[in-house]
Amino acid sequence: MRFISVIAIKEIRTYFSSPMAYVVSAAFLAITGFFFVASVSDAFAEASIRGYLAGAIFFMIFMSPALTMRLIAEEQKLGTLELLLTSPLREFEIVFGKFIAAFAMTLIMIILSLYFVLVLFVYGDPDIGPLLSGLLGLTMYACATLAVGLFASSLSSNQIVGLVVGSGILTALTIIDFVSARLSGMASEVLNAFQLGASFSVFDLDSFGVAEGGHFADFARGIVSVTDIAYYISITAVFLLLTVLVLEARRWR
Amino acid sequence: MIKIEHMSKNYGPYPAVIDVSFEVLKGEIVGFLGPNGAGKTTTMRVVTGFTPPTEGEVTVGGYDVVSHSLEVRRHIGYLPETVPLYLDMTVNDYLTYMGEIRGMNASWVQERLPKVIDMVKLGEYQNTLVGRLSKGYRQRTGIAQAILHEPDVLVMDEPTIGIDPIQVVETRELISNLGEEHTMLLSSHILPEVSAICKRVLVINDGRIVADDKPDDLSEKLQHAERIEISVRGAEAPEFINSMREISSVIDARSDLRASVVQRSEREDFSPFIVDAKPNAQASEQIAKSIIENGWGLTNLTPLPMTLEEIFLELTTEENLDE
Repeated sequence: MRFISVIAIKEIRTYFSSPMAYVVSAAFLAITGFFFVASVSDAFAEASIRGYLAGAIFFMIFMSPALTMRLIAEEQKLGTLELLLTSPLREFEIVFGKFIAAFAMTLIMIILSLYFVLVLFVYGDPDIGPLLSGLLGLTMYACATLAVGLFASSLSSNQIVGLVVGSGILTALTIIDFVSARLSGMASEVLNAFQLGASFSVFDLDSFGVAEGGHFADFARGIVSVTDIAYYISITAVFLLLTVLVLEARRWR
Repeated sequence: MIKIEHMSKNYGPYPAVIDVSFEVLKGEIVGFLGPNGAGKTTTMRVVTGFTPPTEGEVTVGGYDVVSHSLEVRRHIGYLPETVPLYLDMTVNDYLTYMGEIRGMNASWVQERLPKVIDMVKLGEYQNTLVGRLSKGYRQRTGIAQAILHEPDVLVMDEPTIGIDPIQVVETRELISNLGEEHTMLLSSHILPEVSAICKRVLVINDGRIVADDKPDDLSEKLQHAERIEISVRGAEAPEFINSMREISSVIDARSDLRASVVQRSEREDFSPFIVDAKPNAQASEQIAKSIIENGWGLTNLTPLPMTLEEIFLELTTEENLDE
């Protein structure tokens, strides 16, 4: 456990010592802010964070791999991975430490964006249920996307490859309904079960699609279901495990 | 401390190291010598637990590098060939982090760090970003991280590669000093370095160990030819060379052009020559006799020891001929 926190703390410090953290936070706040404002600016608009959530899950497809792309790729490029792997560290401690650092960054951004909620309470009377379930869902969604991004970062020593592969996997999981809609029966259902969040196909100005499809829909509506939680936890666990395996495979090459 | 038995390592179908066996005893400094691509780095990576051997057994301090990898890694300080540094950290931060990763607690790091910084003479650069350091200072930072956690075994892959000559001298001194407290395996393709630092040399070529000896003994054992430096007065070069070639133990003779350039201005009547002779054949005696019989004046006759560099060339060319 000590090694995990040593690595996590180092990575968090690195985030703040480079422009990365600030640029990504600014972009996150700007984009979620835009979606939030758009969703509450109509007459008789609903006092909810659905617009914010839609912006957040959309942007995280790119933001999470951008946050994680450096984490392992750069260690390979600098040769420091050799140092880590010849230190008395286990691969999972390296992967977990880095994942926790990226998650902490995302959590900070989510907390920074909570002033949207404050605005809702000042000017309206929001329903607390969907608000809490939405934030819970967003946190879990962030975990899943960061795990995918971390896995992508482990594949090569090139950060850009990490970003493209990570965003690619996440985009594929998001628009998987493009494929499943053209299939029928079991195949379609199985594919649908893998949908990460609302696809662009259900994107519209009223609900921003966030409550319409994928495992995020129920969270956005105020429902916390075991299936959705299990899905995000599984994606997180599977991709973290894959990352550990990629690092271990390096040993056996 | 390090024991390697019949170790082989393949990268896919390509063998990098073939059936290597050797042992490094506690307190020994062993130089690992070989051209680029000979298998030095691979062997070191196996010893440090970075990559497992394809075949054979490797133990460090009695622990197997595969089954007890964590134990092995705790006892090793490793400086890879490309010094692994986080360029956006200060020297102090970097070393502290490396210490923590090696399992040192905060108070141990606090106590040890100033000593190590002092040892590698990084004092004035403690708070400089690693990325701003010159190559030589980066190398020192790399050495500092390897010795920080007081490891029993130090493994250094080409520790003086790519740094300027003055810093090379300083780095060698530093490594020699470290050798007094550590068991050390050090690789290099620069020969004077190994003979200056190490008491024992392993020569590796094409994945095989081709020699294992003290630097001095190595040169004795591998002396296929004795080289003798001769100066004579009153002899014409072709005449002298022909007379030398008539001696049975002489392989070849030639004018020493370098020495003649240097000496010409001072003493014009002396001609310097180089004679290669078969070893242990009393060649010097026969040569001296022949010179005197010819009526020339013998002013210098010095057997030259072969440099490690020449031995090394010989070793590797011989290996190539075998294939």
